[in-house]
Amino acid sequence: MARMTMIKAINSALDVLMEKDETVCSFGEDAGYFGGVFGCTEGLQEKYGLNRVFDAPINESAIIAMAIGMASNGLRPVAEIQFADYIFPGFDQIISELSRIRYRTAGAFTMPVTIRTPCGGGIYGGQTHSMSPEAFFTHIPGIRVVMPSNPHDAKGMLIASVECDDPVIFFEPKRLYNGPFDGDPHKPALAWSSHEKGEVPKGHYTVDINKAEIVRGGSELTILAYGTMVHVAKESARLAGVDAEVIDLRTLIPYDMQTIAKSVNKTGRCVVLHEAPRTSGFGAELIAQIQEDCFYALEAPIIRVTGWDTPYPHAHEWAYFPGQERVMRAIKQVLEN
Amino acid sequence: MTQQKNGNKTGFFVPEPPARPGERPDFSNIDCSAPGAVPMPAIDCAAQKTHEFAGGLIRVLDDKGHADGPWDPALNMDELVEMLRLMGLTRAYDERMFKLQRQGKMSFYMKSLGEEAVAVAAAKALDDEDMVFPSYRQQGILFARGRDMVDMMCHCISNSRDNLKGRQLPVHYTWKEGSFFSISGNLCTQFPQAVGWAMASAAKGESAIAASWIGDGTTAEGDFHSALTLASVYKAPVILNVVNNQWAISSFAGIAGGDQASFAARGIGYGLPTLRVDGNDALAVYAATKWAAKRARSGHGATLIETVTYRGESHSTSDDPGKYRPMDEWKSWPLGDPLERLKAHLIGLGAWDKKRHEKMLSEQAETVRLAYKEAESFGTLREGPLSPTASIFDDVYVEQPWHIRRQRQDLGV
Ligand SMILES: Cc1ncc(C[n+]2csc(CCOP(=O)(O)OP(=O)(O)O)c2C)c(N)n1
Ligand SMILES: [Mg+2]
Repeated sequence: MARMTMIKAINSALDVLMEKDETVCSFGEDAGYFGGVFGCTEGLQEKYGLNRVFDAPINESAIIAMAIGMASNGLRPVAEIQFADYIFPGFDQIISELSRIRYRTAGAFTMPVTIRTPCGGGIYGGQTHSMSPEAFFTHIPGIRVVMPSNPHDAKGMLIASVECDDPVIFFEPKRLYNGPFDGDPHKPALAWSSHEKGEVPKGHYTVDINKAEIVRGGSELTILAYGTMVHVAKESARLAGVDAEVIDLRTLIPYDMQTIAKSVNKTGRCVVLHEAPRTSGFGAELIAQIQEDCFYALEAPIIRVTGWDTPYPHAHEWAYFPGQERVMRAIKQVLEN
Repeated sequence: MTQQKNGNKTGFFVPEPPARPGERPDFSNIDCSAPGAVPMPAIDCAAQKTHEFAGGLIRVLDDKGHADGPWDPALNMDELVEMLRLMGLTRAYDERMFKLQRQGKMSFYMKSLGEEAVAVAAAKALDDEDMVFPSYRQQGILFARGRDMVDMMCHCISNSRDNLKGRQLPVHYTWKEGSFFSISGNLCTQFPQAVGWAMASAAKGESAIAASWIGDGTTAEGDFHSALTLASVYKAPVILNVVNNQWAISSFAGIAGGDQASFAARGIGYGLPTLRVDGNDALAVYAATKWAAKRARSGHGATLIETVTYRGESHSTSDDPGKYRPMDEWKSWPLGDPLERLKAHLIGLGAWDKKRHEKMLSEQAETVRLAYKEAESFGTLREGPLSPTASIFDDVYVEQPWHIRRQRQDLGV
């Protein structure tokens, strides 16, 4: 065991996978020689050679189509899209092809493709380096969507994703790459070495990509979050001094409704967080399902705290980010109702 | 699965640049034909006539700064000095802004060091009403069109006077009054959009044309092919420029297929006229742009131009080029420095001298320094004032629908 950043944990997952299975390959823009603009694939080309780790042309559609072709011929590709904001040129290949190939071929062809992509704001990246586009993909039957919130889960979930025979979109909250972030930009940045989830086992292990994790037990209300918002949820609950149960969804599709329902049936109150815009965000799906499954246990309307329905602004990114103050307000509201 | 390195017979081929960090720069692949080697075809020639030049290089200035050949635009002294001044100003601005980013005054910056001629000379060859759809590395166009430097800085430091209300990353300018479209962070999207603009201009019977710029790496995007298809099918009055500065971020032009054929040659399959130009030769860039503009304006359609240059600085403030290319690679670049070459030309003509040049550079540095002082008086990203917080909810739609209004109230602004 060693404490490491999420970047190193992802790198370690790829290393373990490539060492173990020679059909695993990894490619993307600047992801070969340079090792990726965030360094997630550093050192892998040197270790595994140019045919297993390589630079791709700047064409996200080509990157995904290439992965589909490779997967249909026995490889297990891991494609990096440099920023989630740039996944859209590849949208058609994901929606019309990747997600449906198992279905339309009645299982003759399967698509063990993993698409890794950094998402989320909080780094002054402006509207094209800050998006959280996960909801688009959760709307498409046939692809799994996951987002880890710490180095330990990142490694275990990436190994599970690559070993899964379905296509997986693996979102990496880039604000968490180098340390946990509780939503307060004025505090000095923390390193993962200071966090227990920075502890990453050596070698091969998996974290189940069908299971959520209760990261803080509680009885007064349930807070559902994923990615960066998990840390914001925990800190906001602490600051509000409430006995909140915080659930890190980890996997969005298929989300772990059993864990969610059990918690909401217990607490009767729920707040849902995401950084992505509100309207038709993943929170809408969660809330719809909770009211179907837990209606009689609910004691107050479920509240969402999300990014606004605007593009991610640059200078005012902290007015956009659903930070502690807004989360605490929602907690109070849902408890008072 | 094979793990062989290139050179072995098995496995697929992955291009590698001539030199990596610690290796000796090697530009033996760059063809430095003498000025005059590429003839100037008639403005209304068949596109095919230009195709034999897709592998050549249009040059006017030789290595000593002497102008020669059919592409010499024969500019007068004032025009030449003006171009030199604009290139110097662009460089001085970039220099200072890059440093200020390092001091935390803005979130991000991108220089155009070594590529100033590509933007400045093209802008000078266009009319001010011609619409430009640039990438993030043609700030020289803004200087050539006379944009106020303080305004440019206010955008970059995202302060209360930023005309984009702090919404865009620095250097992603918009300047509608100067016929300068909004720079997108998403690569290549502007290329086919420029064709659409040009088609609208033609449809309205207007004489303005459009011009767009993308990088070598960006030619790999599907939108590159969209643009060429549209431009070819509709013979749109547009100039499509590929700025081949040898590098994308860490990947070299070969990863976009640049080793197999020139980027100019991409136009051949579309039946577009193609010119390949020494991008560090301001006179050649000027002449090629003039040729393409005249052709477009007289109803003969689009031209694809590849400008061959070198990115003298890191990709942006976010990367360290020492990790992927030889640090001194620019020094070996066979097409030199555009500013130095135009300076040598002017000195050769007796219209300029070293002293005047030094004076110009120090005055420009001072101009930039004073402009920044003024810009900072309107705020900075970290210390404010910024544009009003409530403004983040404006301009999403024509008016604020109920749900956005509610969100604004929720934020308490
Ligand atoms: C659609 C899209 N994919 C990826 C990126 C990330 N990115 C920004 S600039 C760049 C390199 C572009 O290189 P090139 O086209 O050669 O232009 P240059 O920077 O050299 O001017 C990359 C990969 C992006 N901005 N948009
Ligand atoms: Mg380039």
